Amino acid sequence: MEIRRNLRAYPTLLRIGIAEAVAYRAELIVWMLTTTLPLVSMVLWRAVAAEGPIGPERFSAGDFTAYFLLALLVRLLTSSWVLWEMNREIRTGIMSQRLLRPVHPLVAYSAENLAATPLRALLVLPVSLLLLYLYGRSEITKDPLLVGAFVLSLPGAWALTFLSMVLCGCLAFYIESSLGIFHLWYTTYVLCSGYLVPLSLLPGPVRALAEVLPFRYMLDFPVRLLLGLPGLQGSAAHAAVLSHLVVEYAYVAGLLIAVALLWRAGLRRYAAFGA
Amino acid sequence: MRRYLRLLRASLRLSLLLAMQYRWDFIGHGLMQLVWTSLGVLPLWIAYQARAAAGLSALGGYSFPQALTVFGFFTLLKALLDGAINPSLTAVVEHIRTGTLDFILLKPADAQFLVSTARQEPWRIIDAATGIGFVVFGMAGHIHQGGAPPGLGALLGAGLLLLCAMLLLYSIWILVICAAFYVVRIDNLSFLFTSLFDFARWPRSVFRGALHVLFTFVVPLVLMTSYPAEALLGLLRPPQLLLAVVWTGLLLCLCRLAWRRSLAAYTSASS
Repeated sequence: MEIRRNLRAYPTLLRIGIAEAVAYRAELIVWMLTTTLPLVSMVLWRAVAAEGPIGPERFSAGDFTAYFLLALLVRLLTSSWVLWEMNREIRTGIMSQRLLRPVHPLVAYSAENLAATPLRALLVLPVSLLLLYLYGRSEITKDPLLVGAFVLSLPGAWALTFLSMVLCGCLAFYIESSLGIFHLWYTTYVLCSGYLVPLSLLPGPVRALAEVLPFRYMLDFPVRLLLGLPGLQGSAAHAAVLSHLVVEYAYVAGLLIAVALLWRAGLRRYAAFGA
Repeated sequence: MRRYLRLLRASLRLSLLLAMQYRWDFIGHGLMQLVWTSLGVLPLWIAYQARAAAGLSALGGYSFPQALTVFGFFTLLKALLDGAINPSLTAVVEHIRTGTLDFILLKPADAQFLVSTARQEPWRIIDAATGIGFVVFGMAGHIHQGGAPPGLGALLGAGLLLLCAMLLLYSIWILVICAAFYVVRIDNLSFLFTSLFDFARWPRSVFRGALHVLFTFVVPLVLMTSYPAEALLGLLRPPQLLLAVVWTGLLLCLCRLAWRRSLAAYTSASS
């Protein structure tokens, strides 16, 4: 019953979200422009690989360019701000209003976050496709299977980003000072998703950690798919794609369960003004 | 002049008192910032390791300790940006938006001075110390690798250039504020410049072609971090020093002019 109600409200929630995104388009553009970290990294690594390919995967300057442009694209398409929102609303008690509504707060959050994606895509895709065409054409894979897998991996990347943020956001029910929660999430993300440096270049132990955590599926995996899975060839690549996609969506399912449990437990502790 | 010093002292004291109310935040912020700074230096370390593995050493003429020195100056300036400039200027933009700038304009002191020193975040001092630590560490490594220890001239040059860097940073910020007089909703613009400033963490040889020109003359990030480091390392030539000083002077004049013109265009809340 509750599920049906939420599903019925979802298209309307999405429409409201899109209208909001369009209304605040200037802010959205500025926020997107502040995502400069991949470009900062790109400048460094192009210079590092200027004299020849580098690292265990022999990345050339062109590879690095394509890698970081794709990282920027994936990051902008899949990013979410639900963690700030939850933090603020739990701390200030606005969450109480959300709890009164007939739609589950997490469903409403997901609609709000998802609704900004079309506008983001509209703004990001033309520029990034042009840049990729100009500077990274030869590094992008032409294998239709890998391109298809890339498209399939994006919703998973978005869901993982969103759910892991919600999971951290639920901690705000327990911890008074919310300052550290975001930093905890972001630090792990930056390091373990391949956002700061490609995972293959990380020092041994960090790399091992990053390969176990779900963060790599938020960025590194989709990017790598479009780069034609460097290091793998032919049927080995195709087999790896399938197993990675399975793992990615298994993580989505696992996080969904974890979020449901933690949300329920956290809500009992919620003691904001008026609750 | 004495009055302005007294005003500055009062503002600093107020910020310090505010900060001491939240002692745990002070320590928490400091620790967090240490994590962030180490995360910032990680790519440099990995890059030099990867180059060493490929049989290449210096990156565009910079050894690892030299690049660390640049990174140290970046951390130091970033601390100034986040600790002294950013908080004040976010406050001004809010004043302009709501019209309460009127109250500041009525006060018997220079408005630009008042808005520039409105608010500080004293715990950024930890970042500044980290930055100085990186500079010292980088210099020690440089000397260890056979570089010459900095003489009096190098120290003076680096000090002068650091001063220039701070003034450059300040001028750019005032220019951003002036934009706020015309385009009111601009609080995001501060984030825009902060993220642009991230480019300053690399030594200047990383920027090639048009990018080098852009970051030297248009958004003078190279002048702010690479030049003081090079002066300290004894790599900077006198013409470059002159360029930095002249450029700083020009930007300072420009920002004062722009401030005056913007104030004249300010329509306040009531009119």
